[in-house]
Amino acid sequence: MPKAEENVKLRFFGIPKLLPYVRPYRRMILLMIALGGLSSAIDALYPLFNRYALDHFVGGRTLTGLIPFVAGYVALVLGQTVINYKSTYDCGKVEMYVNRDLRNLSFDHLQTLSFSYYNQNSVGYIHARVMSDTGLIGDLVSWRMMNFIWNGSYLLGILVVMLLIDAGLAMRILLLVPVAAVLMTWFQKKLLGFNRRIREINSRITGDYNEGITGSRTIKVLGVEKKMIRDFKDDTGEMYHTSIREAHFSALFISLVTMMSSLVLSLVLWRGGLLTREGLMRIGTLSVFMSYALEMLEPVQNIIETLSAVFAIQVNIERFTKLLAVESDVADTPEVIERYGDSFHPRKENWEELYGDIEFRDVSFRYPDGDEFVLRHFDLTVPKGRNVAIVGETGAGKSTLVNLLCRFYEPTEGKLLIDGRDARERSQLWLHSHIGYVLQTPHLFSGTVRDNLRYGKPDATDEEILQALRLVSAEQVLNRMEDGLDSEVGEGGELLSTGEKQLLSFARAILADPRILVLDEATSSIDTVTEKAIQNAISTVIEGRTSFIIAHRLSTIVNADLILVVRDGKIIERGKHAELMRQKGYYRQLYEQQLIIENEEAF
Amino acid sequence: MSNPSNNDRFKTNRQLLLYFLHGALPFFGLSACFAALVSLFDMVSPKIISFMVDSVIGEEAPALPGPLTALLARAGGIEALRQQPLRVAILVAAVGALAALCRYFFRACNARGAEKLTRRMRDELFGHILYLPYAWFGENSIGDIIQRCTSDVETIKRFVAQQLTMLVRTIILIVLAVGFMAGINTKVMLASTLFIPVIIGYSLFFHVRVGAAFEKADIEEGKLSTIAQENLTGVRVVRAFGREIYERERFAKQNDVYTGFWVHLIRLLSFFWASGDVLTGMQNLAVLLTGAVLCVRNELTPGNYIALVSYNLMLTWPVRMLGRVITEMSKAGISLERLRYIMNAEEEKDREGAEEPPMTGDICFSHVSFAYKGSPSPVLTDVSFTIPAGKTVGILGGTGSGKSTLMYLLEHLYDLPPENGKITVGGHDIAGIRLSHLRRNIGIVLQEPFLFSRTLKENIGIAREDGSMEEIRRAAVIASIDETIASFSDGYETSVGERGMTLSGGQKQRTAIAQMLIRQTPIMIFDDSLSAVDAETDLRIRQALKSATGDATVILISHRITTLMQADQILVLENGRLIEQGTHRELLAKNGLYRKNYDLQTAGLEEGGGDDAEG
Repeated sequence: MPKAEENVKLRFFGIPKLLPYVRPYRRMILLMIALGGLSSAIDALYPLFNRYALDHFVGGRTLTGLIPFVAGYVALVLGQTVINYKSTYDCGKVEMYVNRDLRNLSFDHLQTLSFSYYNQNSVGYIHARVMSDTGLIGDLVSWRMMNFIWNGSYLLGILVVMLLIDAGLAMRILLLVPVAAVLMTWFQKKLLGFNRRIREINSRITGDYNEGITGSRTIKVLGVEKKMIRDFKDDTGEMYHTSIREAHFSALFISLVTMMSSLVLSLVLWRGGLLTREGLMRIGTLSVFMSYALEMLEPVQNIIETLSAVFAIQVNIERFTKLLAVESDVADTPEVIERYGDSFHPRKENWEELYGDIEFRDVSFRYPDGDEFVLRHFDLTVPKGRNVAIVGETGAGKSTLVNLLCRFYEPTEGKLLIDGRDARERSQLWLHSHIGYVLQTPHLFSGTVRDNLRYGKPDATDEEILQALRLVSAEQVLNRMEDGLDSEVGEGGELLSTGEKQLLSFARAILADPRILVLDEATSSIDTVTEKAIQNAISTVIEGRTSFIIAHRLSTIVNADLILVVRDGKIIERGKHAELMRQKGYYRQLYEQQLIIENEEAF
Repeated sequence: MSNPSNNDRFKTNRQLLLYFLHGALPFFGLSACFAALVSLFDMVSPKIISFMVDSVIGEEAPALPGPLTALLARAGGIEALRQQPLRVAILVAAVGALAALCRYFFRACNARGAEKLTRRMRDELFGHILYLPYAWFGENSIGDIIQRCTSDVETIKRFVAQQLTMLVRTIILIVLAVGFMAGINTKVMLASTLFIPVIIGYSLFFHVRVGAAFEKADIEEGKLSTIAQENLTGVRVVRAFGREIYERERFAKQNDVYTGFWVHLIRLLSFFWASGDVLTGMQNLAVLLTGAVLCVRNELTPGNYIALVSYNLMLTWPVRMLGRVITEMSKAGISLERLRYIMNAEEEKDREGAEEPPMTGDICFSHVSFAYKGSPSPVLTDVSFTIPAGKTVGILGGTGSGKSTLMYLLEHLYDLPPENGKITVGGHDIAGIRLSHLRRNIGIVLQEPFLFSRTLKENIGIAREDGSMEEIRRAAVIASIDETIASFSDGYETSVGERGMTLSGGQKQRTAIAQMLIRQTPIMIFDDSLSAVDAETDLRIRQALKSATGDATVILISHRITTLMQADQILVLENGRLIEQGTHRELLAKNGLYRKNYDLQTAGLEEGGGDDAEG
């Protein structure tokens, strides 16, 4: 948990940052504030009807003026109804529209951020910014704000009426308000802390369930059910005790507030009683004061509660605005955008063909979150149609070159040339539209097989799709599924095995007919026989395309035009398979280890 | 969802609710008593005020019940009070204090009951779920089960602690308020109470009608959330295919649908709230008018009039909320139903007279056939083989050939029906071996290992709580993960999983190997557990394992020939059938599937070697 959440500080500096997002709705907001204030002021007037009834009708023993009285009351109720309808509806609209705008804004912004952002922040964290922070902010600028208006103007209305009808008694009552406010603030702060802890434990308990269910197989084969249950009970026990303490405080709080209300009431009765008895005050006025006495602390409490909710939201405002402020470390220059368009508004009429010559010229590179250079003065020329393989141990940095090639990162020094021109001279979207990338951990979207395969080529026909599937030997995946291309793959492709997902994502890349093809350990979860079939497919598919293949099974890349051997993030050997074998270096060592030479006793 | 059967542990929702409520009921009972007291004290204040207005401030003769008249007389009669109205004021404050005290106890008892209930629900569910058969998890969606354990539990808690309580409190309040009003004046009481059924009915009508719309809005939100989730997890795919525009449109479209839905809902709600104001306003006016007219006619004193207005005001909010509370209560039935489904699922049970034989004997599969529930084709067909005690056996097979299923059956993760063959260890049918004993003696490293959200040290030692740090490190060294762990800044105290750092596939596998090794089980299974580890590390681990596995019977599953070739015996599976069996050499000589795999995996070497020879 970040430190910022730990200490309860009373601060509001996040709010001005929100102004730009509510500006489009300022008219609606201003109107709703005006109407809300008016409505609450009217609420404060109702006891005056009572006063009139008591003093005029009851006290005067007459029913004259009853009709205007009723008409006035009804008119006020109806008027207020219209006002309330309009202002609450507008308030809801502001909430929803601001929510929607912020979600769109953050989602769009995320589409432009580079991978270093995604590597540094978990999906869950980013998702919460888009889906829940936006909701909290929308709530803040609508209902929370209206809460201030409603309660504030009600309180103000009461105050004005009290001062007008009996200033002396009003002053005495008002003395109690600050005392109440201080007490309430103390409790709110306490409760805020409790609530944070409860939320924390709650998410731990949800995590426990998640673990107990997704890890059920592991728990069973390890036989650790008892331990898991014991640990779970520790969490629910902690939850129990924390919640009870929280409840104790909040019960105390509520009781104290109601007790204060009766203190105010008894004050009114005592002072007001004396005044009335002496004929200095009328019964009607006394009844107005009694009504207010019972109702005036609630708005104070509401305001304090709202304030404390606003403090709690500060963290979310900060996180959200920080997300929007993050700048991508891979950004197209204004000139490039001018000519080629940005990620959302491509100007395809200006796009050149991508031919497929790749050159790394004196490239040095360091990951934005790392401090060591993983490439130093690296040169590599790959003419169109050549096939480059990158091999090395797990975690040795094999993906670095590919990340640079795809412009997921920019070189720290030096440049990447595509068809002889600096990659930065063309837009990212232009490049990406020409690249096919198959990942080690394949990602499918929920939807049908067809939807997924069309991802890279939205207008592909079924015939083309089937052809791509055949090319990567993925027809068998389709045969297994009941509805063929219309079969659902589930969220994230959960209905398929990893191997099947790899096959489909491979077909998806082929279908897009890219100029550059990147296979990042694309067949690691596929068995050898199928893999061999795919190998054959690969050699057909890469024909005429510049391709980069990352592999840890070396048998799959022996035919590559060039093999780069990576160790500890650096390229230590390069050449064709035969050359590298002759060099008797690290590659040969890797190769032999993978095969059977070391086991002479087997023969 | 299963059909209710007679063997169900909980036949009705009520039965389940009462089971969960065990231990919490007394607190809810107490809280109901205090709630009644709160309402009672709240009713007293207006009475005192009315007395004050009429007899202390006004000149009416006090009309008090007998005992109170005596009390008043002892206090010096009404005249004394008229001189000292402070006493009445103090009485009001005292009653207020009593009400506050009861309010505190009401809330405290209610909270205790609620928390007891929640804790019991959670503990019972968790404890039950962990003992459900593994197959159950395949038949149910994980997200759905978690949802049930979290939000449905929350719904039931709200149902009992808030809604039911609120319902009880409101009923008490209505009865008391109506009673007190009737005690003062029937006509005014009627003017107020006639509105109550109208307000409740209107609110019920509305909430029942919009209830479905709320659910629809939730569904739309779920869709929107999924789009965002998939976009974020698939960010590489989105970029690599240059599909930002499509993603943006997809999100914006669903965002509009969802927003539009809510705006529509809020419009309905605003209308409902505003029109509710009209009803309440009319109710207040009716009381005001009737009261005023009766006062003018001398049928009511001003003090009583003020009291009636107060009673009416007390009713307003609870009555308005009632419709919503009642509608929301109907959700609890659905939630209980959903939890009942989980609680009624049958736990894994040992057969009667289950034994705990030594697990060091031969493992024997005889004529084992198996199909997963709901799948038309069998995964395994008539598989028979014997693994001699202390030997190492390799299993080779393609994706979906049934290798892992064999191991799941050996672990008794699935029940093998007697007519589908038999699995024995040391001659004992595993169906008759105590589950905990069976699993305690078989160590398995799963293909996709699962690490717990704990530290690495706890993860490795999880199945051996008495394991010392020394043993943990030794296991980690053999699994070749010790160095990696040492390179983390927190070392063995590094948290992994959801709340910690993410390990790579290979690091997870190696941690899982250490987790198994430390248990020193007589049977050890490696289910393709080095697939994400590079060849060099693979070799290192295999060499270290050779000495570490000792007398254990070892089963290696892999599609890497290098991993399998040293085994004493190798089984080759294809489409659920055992098609080849023998040592590495025998299998090579057979020229079958094994040979084919071997050739494919060694192809490059010969070519490279050939070049080498030429050069």
